[in-house]
Amino acid sequence: METKSMKQHMGMRTANTISNTIIHVLLVIISVIWLIPFVCIVLQSLRVESTWQVGYILPKQWGLDNFRNLLNTNFPKWYLNTFIIAVVAAALQTVIVLCMSYTLSRFRFKLRKPLMKFMLILGLFPGMLTMIILYRVLKDLGLTQANAVPGLILVYIASSGMGYYVSKGFFDTIPKSLDEAARIDGATRAQVLWKIILPLAGSIVIYTLLTGFMAPWGDYVFASYISFGNSSGMNVAVGMYNWLTPDQINNNYTMFCAGGVVVAIPVVILFMCLQKYYVEGVTGGAVKG
Amino acid sequence: MKKYSDLEYLKLSKWERFKYRFVSFFASIPVAIWHAILGIGGWFKKAGLAVANELKDIVQTFVNGDWKTKLSYLVMGFGSIARGQVLRGLLFLIFEVVFIGYMVLYGVYWMSMLPSLGLIGPHKEYHELLDTYVTVYGDNSFKILLYGVLTMFFIVAFIFTWRLNVKQNKISEEILRSGKKLKSGKDDLRSLVDDQFHKTLLALPLTGILIFTVMPLVFMILVAFTNYDGTHDGFSNNLFTWVGLENFNTMLHWSGGGSTNYAATFGEVLSWTLMWAFFATFTNYFLGMAVAMMINKKGIRLKKVWRTILVTTIAIPQFISLLYVSKMFAKNGIINGLLMDWGWITKALPFWEDPTWARITVIAINVWIGIPYLMLIATGILMNIPADLYESAKIDGASGWQQYSKITLPYMLFVTGPYLLTSFTGNINNFNVIFLLTGGAPTNINASGAAGSVGYTDLLITWLFKITTGAESKYYLASVIGILVFVIMAIFTLVVYGVLPSIKNEEDFQ
Repeated sequence: METKSMKQHMGMRTANTISNTIIHVLLVIISVIWLIPFVCIVLQSLRVESTWQVGYILPKQWGLDNFRNLLNTNFPKWYLNTFIIAVVAAALQTVIVLCMSYTLSRFRFKLRKPLMKFMLILGLFPGMLTMIILYRVLKDLGLTQANAVPGLILVYIASSGMGYYVSKGFFDTIPKSLDEAARIDGATRAQVLWKIILPLAGSIVIYTLLTGFMAPWGDYVFASYISFGNSSGMNVAVGMYNWLTPDQINNNYTMFCAGGVVVAIPVVILFMCLQKYYVEGVTGGAVKG
Repeated sequence: MKKYSDLEYLKLSKWERFKYRFVSFFASIPVAIWHAILGIGGWFKKAGLAVANELKDIVQTFVNGDWKTKLSYLVMGFGSIARGQVLRGLLFLIFEVVFIGYMVLYGVYWMSMLPSLGLIGPHKEYHELLDTYVTVYGDNSFKILLYGVLTMFFIVAFIFTWRLNVKQNKISEEILRSGKKLKSGKDDLRSLVDDQFHKTLLALPLTGILIFTVMPLVFMILVAFTNYDGTHDGFSNNLFTWVGLENFNTMLHWSGGGSTNYAATFGEVLSWTLMWAFFATFTNYFLGMAVAMMINKKGIRLKKVWRTILVTTIAIPQFISLLYVSKMFAKNGIINGLLMDWGWITKALPFWEDPTWARITVIAINVWIGIPYLMLIATGILMNIPADLYESAKIDGASGWQQYSKITLPYMLFVTGPYLLTSFTGNINNFNVIFLLTGGAPTNINASGAAGSVGYTDLLITWLFKITTGAESKYYLASVIGILVFVIMAIFTLVVYGVLPSIKNEEDFQ
């Protein structure tokens, strides 16, 4: 009797090891699939024997020519544009999002529910639709094309209050008794926010800053509208997108890879350092809706 | 459909239960829509009653009020100033002066032009000094519509402020009658960081949303009823004007002659959009969950490494990774190159050239993009499932699959229900993935009559973008598509929210 159960136990253990081995193999395959594009893009950026697409991975001739060529294009300008936009937009956006989410989480006023419903409905319209008119209005104000940077910052931050969900979910988890205790001690609402809530909200502030910083690097639609063909007002996404159009790709393919590497490295490093906060935000946001 | 009681339901076989729940889900959709319509009707009734109450209150305040109150109906803020609340009163008064000044100087003109959107277009006039004909610009339809919308918002704001002013008088009178003191200007300022702190906090975000989202949306919705496009830009080419429902008829073609190109194209793009949203959402959901479970399984090593590798995809800006991957799958790209080198194929695979291939490839690459997010979310949720549930299931002899389908999946679905909805609607509007991967290609030749060279992988949202940037720039059609996208999304949201609580309530009841 005992030996039988032992055998069963051993059987289960071997079954477990087998399944774990299979899973390890699967994970290795998945990792390879996920990393191959990035490995390829780095290798292609170092290939100097030709500038167009080729059907092999390893360069025949290695070199940094593509990175040097980047300096002869408008790329540094685009890079600077995107960086300025990302920093300013992230900072202002964070202020706006925190104002909005904190208010909706903590205060109970008559228009709170209708306001939240209204913003839900607004969110169902494709945001791109508003660009047609915003472009013309910003153009009249002189905030497009060559001056696209301030125009884009304005567009990014103006409606950022609608993205309050994740941080509202976070504020909801901070016990209300903290506020009440401070209020009883005579603190004003503003003091409660400054002295009690903000010191506790570090992780959500970092999350909002991080996502706000990363979004402008990948935005194509809004940036292409606002810069509208003017090279000095483009961000990296719009500028580099043009390198891969059919009539340009043969001259610029490897340079695109080099530019991609230059763009990705700082963002990836920043992201990896702050990964913890990002994960907290994403998981929290999805669970609380 | 026959409704089963609990006991009858439990007697059914698995397949019959599934069928029952499947049928009852779809049977409840019309009911949910009907409830939504009833809800809207009820909302109108409530709104009507509220307006009636307000009007009654305004009249009563006037009849019962003293002379200060009565004068405030004309001169806003007079009552407040006369009662010593100078700050409040001045704000009311300034607002009224600005409003009247604006209306007299500009507002009346814009409002009067709104019905026609401009009468005199650009035309040639004889110039005596130059002895030639020069172009003279007339009205500006774009500005008329824009400032018309702005003026309407201003009028609404004025009505609300006026009403507030009346209410203010009533409240002040009541306070004074009961022998208490009114708040001073200092108290008012102080309350902005205390009792009324929410108003201070919301002022900036809501102003931004109003100016950059609400007003542009109202403008664009109105554009759907005009003929505003590249050749009717309202100033330098031709004026544009109201055309009623004509644009909706062009897109949906319910009556009249003309081409059915747009209607056919719309149907095709819509069906692919919904198909895409469905597959993109659920492939990511289940595969992401599977990867998360693999990484979190007991005895798996290097958990952190696997997670970090996957998360890299999130960190790299999408335009780099998507554009690059799209080129990898091109005819002369690395994938085809390698496959041919290895001798697996002799001719390049038509990843982006064949409609079906392109659609499948897009969905597959989207999995590559989406799994890391889902992996993160699922990991968080999986860790929250109480471990003793699995323990007791194991003791009862449940297999791995049973544990998954009876514990993990229901728990996940329950917690992530709202997330599934937002990710579905998000995928309907997933511009980046489609635009950067294919740009809508391969081109749909059947849809050549419709604007913006529509392709087989175009979603409604990328089609909208193409229409506004093409040579013709048919803004009115873009606007129609935008409104239709909204209608589709609203229906989905209403149905899902309508169906979910009704099921829940039923269970509560049982």
